[in-house]
Amino acid sequence: MSDTIILEVARFNPEDGGEPSYQSYEVPLRPDWMVLDGLNHIKDQLDGSLAFRWSCRMGICGSCGMMVNGMPTLTCETLLMNYAPGPIRIAPLDHFPVVKDLVVDLDDFLAKLQKVRPWVVRKDDFKPAREFMQSPAQLEAFHQFSLCINCTLCYAACPVSGLDPNFIGPAAIALAHRYNLDSRDQGIEDRLDIVSQHEGIWDCTVVGECSVVCPKHVDPSLAIQQFKLTATKEWFKSFLLPRGKH
Amino acid sequence: MPQYTQFQPKEYRPKMSAYWYLDHWRYLRYALRESSSFFVAYFCVITLVQLAALGTDATRYAHFQAFMASPVMIVINAIALAFFLLHAITWFNLVPRVVMRQMLARPTPDIISSAPNYFAWFGATVILALFIMGVL
Repeated sequence: MSDTIILEVARFNPEDGGEPSYQSYEVPLRPDWMVLDGLNHIKDQLDGSLAFRWSCRMGICGSCGMMVNGMPTLTCETLLMNYAPGPIRIAPLDHFPVVKDLVVDLDDFLAKLQKVRPWVVRKDDFKPAREFMQSPAQLEAFHQFSLCINCTLCYAACPVSGLDPNFIGPAAIALAHRYNLDSRDQGIEDRLDIVSQHEGIWDCTVVGECSVVCPKHVDPSLAIQQFKLTATKEWFKSFLLPRGKH
Repeated sequence: MPQYTQFQPKEYRPKMSAYWYLDHWRYLRYALRESSSFFVAYFCVITLVQLAALGTDATRYAHFQAFMASPVMIVINAIALAFFLLHAITWFNLVPRVVMRQMLARPTPDIISSAPNYFAWFGATVILALFIMGVL
């Protein structure tokens, strides 16, 4: 087996005004190197003008998500050897505007995330004298959804996100659901108003790829379908008991 | 001179192809699953036509049977059946996963939550087959 591998990397320079193109680089194929190590080798040794995001190198920060051979992937968790003998085609995440090379603009995602209020919302003045107790079962209810690292791979995998830019999207809905399931939270009605709109849960056609590509094994598709059930139940309650407290 | 400012960066906004579902097998699989609904509707229409023919007279029903026995209709029905099975299996795998999890409030293995649907499907098929064979 060759001791090098070719990386075909998408290049886009906003100052040129042209379409993105691919540039090939030959990098060492080492058994312990991740795709991100290959990109860092290019940046350090071959072409300092290449732009990409990364930070923790251990699958926690969610910065280094890219399309690797057409699949949304965390490059810090993916071995170069998996793609031997290559070449490996690396592109910016699908369905996001590209700022430069492999860097995408996340402003729209961050605005959507903030919109669903992904934090514990209290409607009362409850000030516990000690920490808020939760049983293991109450923790289990939302735990898997709390593992989301906002890497946005799910948005790149979701064709609905690409077709409808207004779709709130898998990660934001999964995080909204995570707080809805939290026994400390009282913000479910606020989130239902936002997420129950057409651009929210009802835009999802259950492609399911968001859950397949998630590097933290969160299941955003499940969160959205559960959200749909909750929204439907709440609608029936408000229909049957229009003056009641839901 | 750069063609952008700090607050209005010039970004590349890729457009999705109208044939996006052909880009990856995973999207094609989804498109096939969704389009299988047409074949479910097709079987509903065929069943209604069959019932209408049955309710009229024996000659009309014989015509219907002869029409359905033509090679073209057999091929169409075989394709429709394949899509119908795809529709049923993907639906069974999808829905109970959510419903059961909601009911049990804890993660359930997919096979366990899908199994009752397959048992119900098998049971309904057996009952229908016994009814058609005149046992029931």
